[in-house]
Amino acid sequence: MIRFTWLQFRAQAAVVAGVLALLAVAAAGPLHRDDGSLRLWLGVLVLVAPGLIGMFWGAPLVAREFEDGTFRLAWTQSVTRIRWMAVKLAVTGLASMAAAGLLSLIVTWWSGPLDRAAMNQFATFDQRGIAPIGYAAFSFTLGVLAGALIRRTLPAMFVTLAVFVAARVTEFSWLRPRLLHPVLLRLALNPRSTGYGQQGTLSVLFGSPTLMPNPPDLPNTWITSLTIVNARGDGLTTGELNSACPGIGQGGGGGGGLSHTRAPQAVVNRMQDCVARIGTTYHEAVTYQPAGHYWPLQWYELAIFLGAALALAGACLWRIRRA
Amino acid sequence: MNSTSTAATLLAASGLGKRYRRRWALSGCTLEIPAGRVVGLVGPNGAGKTTLLHLAAGLIAPTTGTVEVLGGPPGGGPVQLGRVGFVAEDTPVYQGLSVAGHLRMAGYLNPRWDGDIAQRRIAQLGIDPRQRAGRLSGGQRAQLALTLAVAKRPDLLILDEPVASLDPLARREFLRSVTGTVAGHGTSVVLSSHLVADLELICDYLVVLVASRIRLAGDIAALLAAERRRTGQPVRLDDLVIASMSETGDAR
Repeated sequence: MIRFTWLQFRAQAAVVAGVLALLAVAAAGPLHRDDGSLRLWLGVLVLVAPGLIGMFWGAPLVAREFEDGTFRLAWTQSVTRIRWMAVKLAVTGLASMAAAGLLSLIVTWWSGPLDRAAMNQFATFDQRGIAPIGYAAFSFTLGVLAGALIRRTLPAMFVTLAVFVAARVTEFSWLRPRLLHPVLLRLALNPRSTGYGQQGTLSVLFGSPTLMPNPPDLPNTWITSLTIVNARGDGLTTGELNSACPGIGQGGGGGGGLSHTRAPQAVVNRMQDCVARIGTTYHEAVTYQPAGHYWPLQWYELAIFLGAALALAGACLWRIRRA
Repeated sequence: MNSTSTAATLLAASGLGKRYRRRWALSGCTLEIPAGRVVGLVGPNGAGKTTLLHLAAGLIAPTTGTVEVLGGPPGGGPVQLGRVGFVAEDTPVYQGLSVAGHLRMAGYLNPRWDGDIAQRRIAQLGIDPRQRAGRLSGGQRAQLALTLAVAKRPDLLILDEPVASLDPLARREFLRSVTGTVAGHGTSVVLSSHLVADLELICDYLVVLVASRIRLAGDIAALLAAERRRTGQPVRLDDLVIASMSETGDAR
């Protein structure tokens, strides 16, 4: 069964192995590190590779057998279909992990000097190290399950991509910041670097403008929250801000470094006085993941996605037994 | 299960039924066919022939009742799977895999595989082993599928509408090659068709399936003899089949 799986899979495996070999040779030689956009594009490649693996290796694995009717050929050989599914999952799944792992290894190695200079390792967390191996395993098994349930290749590919993206976004925006206890840092409000405004595009619709401190300079860390709180931990409300600083936000420009057009000196002074007044009862609270959490988080990430992949593989076996 | 079901029974079904959502594709099927026969399964399209054969091959599980093939549960394990050769309707093959690749695949997956038989058959048929299966003609593809099923040296060969897509000449040739390959090996055969003429050529046992129910089952010679005694004149097999199909209710 392993030899049969390889017989069917080797052409695709050879193409990917060829691309990876080319990339490795290029990374060792002609790809110069003075081009910043190349670092970006290689990162994007690592980012999208697991999704492509799920769509093109995972989804068709069972769906195509149903679509072409070849499941009637495959499942009437002297191999039970549970074993058929288990071997297919294992061989192609391990190949998926190897492909994503090698790609990440090449890109991590090539980008190393640039990453160290950038001093912002968490910005490229999903594009480096061992986490992409977990993403690939998860995406692949997700694709296989989608194909086994939907039985049509093209819809299964799109469902795979949609669920994969949703799972990844949920993971990095909600779960990852909660995996390890962050470090809490309290800072006095700095009138010279605190602005007034809103963060994010959507908050224009839902939130109201408030004071915005500049994030502190903490190299290689991941700042997960930045708020203005008083000694009891309550946040600064719009009412308190407006009563302490009547007329804030009027007269153009801000006090911090966020503004591009220079505000009149009177406005700047008024703003800095306001921040100083607020600063007597409020301070800046920063939570962040320190640099030392990078590798523990990589391992957590790998374990979480590998665990999810195993669960999905179990669901595939269960589904195939009943098909 | 049926106490008389043994290894000498080709197929034993009792109260066998299969439902897809709300529609019963097969219901109340009770049958016992002795081993060593060449069984023709005939009935109009949609009568449940494919469902019965898929149940026998272990591709689907019954909704009601039980079925045993060669004394064991269909698809119950590698040994049972190895004893049954299955050629599915439209003879599916892997489009991108070569003919030789298919033979290698079947060699990997079947412990009783006879590579010499397979290669000899492909050579006799004049098929280029390097050819991709997707580029074979309908007749060649059917022959490849039959070769894969025969060379695993099964005790039972199941063929689901194997000649439906073939022209009359290729049809005759294919059916002859089925009898030719199983002759002398004691292999049982079940093959389905909606044309009696196909079955008359090679079958000695007949099962008529209409609207998900069995209408007629038995040894062809015995069925014809009984009908001749009843009517007092010689009867033809297709007249017998048509008469059984047009009966109303579940009279039998």
